[in-house]
Amino acid sequence: MSSEAQRHFDVLVIGGGPAGMAAAARAAECGVRVGIVDDNFRLGGQIWRGESDAARSDHERSNVSQNTEASRWADRLRASGATALCGLRVVHQPDLGVLLAENLDGFCELTYDKLVLATGARERFLPFPGWTLLNVMGAGGLQAMVKCGLPIQGKRVVVAGTGPLLLAVASYLRQHDAEIPVICEQASWKSLAKFGLTLFSWPQKIIQGIELKRDLAGVSFAANSWPLAAHGQKTLESVTISRAGKNQNIPCDYLACGFHLVPNVELPLLLGCAVSNGCVQVDDLQTTTVPSIFCAGEPTSIGGVELALIEGQIAGLAAARRGFEAKALFGKRQKARRFGRLLDRTLRLRSELRSLSLPDTIVCRCEDVSYSRLRQHGSWRAAKLHTRCGMGPCQGRVCGPATQFLFNWNADSVRPPVFPARVETLAAITGRSQLQHDDATGGRS
Amino acid sequence: MPNQITVTVNGTPVLVPSGATVAVAMVLVGQVCRTSVSGEPRGPLCGMGICFECRVAIGGVSHCRSCQVLCEQGMQVTTEN
Repeated sequence: MSSEAQRHFDVLVIGGGPAGMAAAARAAECGVRVGIVDDNFRLGGQIWRGESDAARSDHERSNVSQNTEASRWADRLRASGATALCGLRVVHQPDLGVLLAENLDGFCELTYDKLVLATGARERFLPFPGWTLLNVMGAGGLQAMVKCGLPIQGKRVVVAGTGPLLLAVASYLRQHDAEIPVICEQASWKSLAKFGLTLFSWPQKIIQGIELKRDLAGVSFAANSWPLAAHGQKTLESVTISRAGKNQNIPCDYLACGFHLVPNVELPLLLGCAVSNGCVQVDDLQTTTVPSIFCAGEPTSIGGVELALIEGQIAGLAAARRGFEAKALFGKRQKARRFGRLLDRTLRLRSELRSLSLPDTIVCRCEDVSYSRLRQHGSWRAAKLHTRCGMGPCQGRVCGPATQFLFNWNADSVRPPVFPARVETLAAITGRSQLQHDDATGGRS
Repeated sequence: MPNQITVTVNGTPVLVPSGATVAVAMVLVGQVCRTSVSGEPRGPLCGMGICFECRVAIGGVSHCRSCQVLCEQGMQVTTEN
């Protein structure tokens, strides 16, 4: 991409996961010019990562069942005529209706009439002793690495944390011949049983559950269980887990550990969209509090791929001024949202997890800020000012949700750029405001 | 066997499957991606470009998230510490 390039789209979609793909496809099918941008090198988001990858090895092709829904949407998006821009991340909004994005080669400006934010979610990480060791990764994190070529055959992987992602990841790793000594789920059997009973309202989820059960036959699943500490010199060697009240040490090569998901709301916040309880607020047509900006999928509430596809379609239609066609999807959306709320209730983090961090456990990995240093402060802001917590390159994306759980801090303030950007990119912002200043003064300043 | 390509990590050639990210190459060769401000070795955590723990220099460009970059034949990867 040449520097200083500018591209205009009637509808610009940020995020190439299920919600973004559905939004872009539906909008482009209405005949408007659509662009879809993703930070990753391919569309599909985290959940569909590598699903339509032609470069996949024969071994993998025979082992991994093709996700038909993923390829259906990929085909539909391709046929819709939307322009996909991968490996490109939005860092700043220099002006209303203008976004500045950069890739490995340079930067560009993207302008739009309507914007759809489909920025997805990330895993919630909770700090415990040893969680910074090599080969301790997120559950989705390790899966992403394996999808990107990490050999896992014959490796021992403890899967721990909370949420349905743990089962999906364990099943995926097993299909790739990893050994899973145990899956630790922090939720209680009681809440899981309650959840299981209510699943009868969602037949599709039952089918998915049965498939997972088949894939995970023989793997031990422990509720009321969580990791206490990871051990190793530099690289992980074993994990101590609390399993139904008893401590147990398990030798392993990897720990795949994540505590459900957190919406990515940094870009929506930067653009002025109202966020409440960590989720972007939207109306019936997925419109945010900024009238030209829509939001779909996990940023509006963690609800899974089905909800993301429905919300994405509604947002795409609404952004293409065909909101009236979206009304047919409202009922399905309501039902899918109920599932998300049910998950939230089931997976509520137990208070014992607050005491996983010891005084010297690092909470902010970018700046190496320990639990004991953070505990002295009363707010996220005070902690940032005094300890540099959340001021490193991840900008609090990892430690923010952790401190929210540990200390009840509200870590949802953002400053541009929303991702670390190169000096040339930042210079473009300065250059832009200088141009505007020259225009206003006739270049006489 | 899938096609393999060679990248160089801190001067050492590494054979990786085509389609692998630089982060995978780092784990395969057992290299630490970065050293933290208090001196701890760090490697990939989130696998999706959020945490910046896997950042390395690629082709002389520093602070690249290795999990977001596909390996290319002859690519030069260096760690920054």
